[in-house]
Amino acid sequence: MSDADNHQLRVSKIRNGTVIDHLTAGQALNVLAILGIDGSSGDTVSVGMNVPSDRLGAKDILKVEGRELTAAEVDVLSLIAPDATINIVREYDVIDKHRVERTDEVTGVLTCPNPPCITNGDEPVRTRFQVLDAGVRCVYCGTIVHEDLATLINT
Amino acid sequence: MRTEHVITAKGFCRADIETVLDRAAALEAAETSAIDRHPDAVLALLFFEPSTRTRMSFDTAIKRLGGTSIEMGSVEGSSIAKGESLADTVRVVAGYADAIVLRHPSQGAAKMASEFVDVPVINAGDGAGHHPTQTLLDLYTIRKHVGLDDLTIGIMGDLKYGRTVHSLAIALTQFEATQHFISPESLAIPAGVRYDLEEAGASITDHRTLLDILPELDLLYVTRIQRERFPDESEYRAVAGEYGIDLDTLASAADHLRIMHPLPRVDEIDPAVDETDHAIYFEQAHNGIPVRMALLDQVL
Ligand SMILES: [Zn+2]
Repeated sequence: MSDADNHQLRVSKIRNGTVIDHLTAGQALNVLAILGIDGSSGDTVSVGMNVPSDRLGAKDILKVEGRELTAAEVDVLSLIAPDATINIVREYDVIDKHRVERTDEVTGVLTCPNPPCITNGDEPVRTRFQVLDAGVRCVYCGTIVHEDLATLINT
Repeated sequence: MRTEHVITAKGFCRADIETVLDRAAALEAAETSAIDRHPDAVLALLFFEPSTRTRMSFDTAIKRLGGTSIEMGSVEGSSIAKGESLADTVRVVAGYADAIVLRHPSQGAAKMASEFVDVPVINAGDGAGHHPTQTLLDLYTIRKHVGLDDLTIGIMGDLKYGRTVHSLAIALTQFEATQHFISPESLAIPAGVRYDLEEAGASITDHRTLLDILPELDLLYVTRIQRERFPDESEYRAVAGEYGIDLDTLASAADHLRIMHPLPRVDEIDPAVDETDHAIYFEQAHNGIPVRMALLDQVL
């Protein structure tokens, strides 16, 4: 066994749920925040951070028992972890495995960082962001955000 | 038929712009009145921010087309003061009027309002966002006095918060103008507008001082730098002085240079400039009437 293997975080298999692999290193906790997973449900959640990866150098990995992702959740995931793969597990077997896909628009998940934007007023409107090559753009006020998208996630 | 909203200059293609400008020219030249064009039309003027000339020119434009306008009066005594949302206000007003002219302090307000109503929404300024009808009258003025082809324009002043600048710069990409932006670094064109300009393949250059580029310009578009953008009076004075023009500044300008300003001005253009052939800002202001008549004639 190599040294890297010895020191790698090992996480046990899950029976039913989702394995989110190839997350951009450092994003695991943000992904848990988006998914609203805080361990309070009692289901097993395993978090691996900065795990050595051939493809990414270092990656984060999440194993979440008893939970599958909605389409909106996958959209946001594609913004902060564009290389992520999602594995759906049933009875210990991976029954579906796919990479996240880029979306054109993200609705209702991010908050616009521009205070005078109408979406920050007391209006019955959901935020909408157009997805650019690098970053996202508020459809209402035009503000572009390149970095720290995770800080804009509604909680 | 799809409701025709006027939200940002991004929605304008060259042909759309020329249609409105041609119609405005025809209305301006007409010897007969346009009073029978829209005798039953009701235009709602929803101004959540103070405005003199934009509101008055829309009011005059609809009346010259034979229609009437309704206003909400002061914000203090209205349902807005009771906490009504903009979305609710426009949904109610859409039942009273054939089109809504909206000025609001929040960026994106007109865009959002347009999603709640079936009558055309015309953005008359949304915070530091856009002001597309000012742009149409600016383009009309440029076409009439300078020409829109092979235009080299300098745009100077507060380019960050100046909504007239954002809309104008974007619309000018339809005419392949060469654009020079002259501002202090703290008031440069915002990233969102720059993105649109670059995406449209615009030819743009930033400058810190006017004199670098003045001799090359056909047109100089001056905007007001507002006191509230600066932490203290002395800093404001210094910057405002640097981005103002007088007869001395214009010594190196081409004879054919024309100067525009969306008005009101404070001291960024010395009154002595008014008497020169360079100044066309009062004609520019007058053009608000035929251009807004043309736009209303189209959307009503
Ligand atoms: Zn926004």
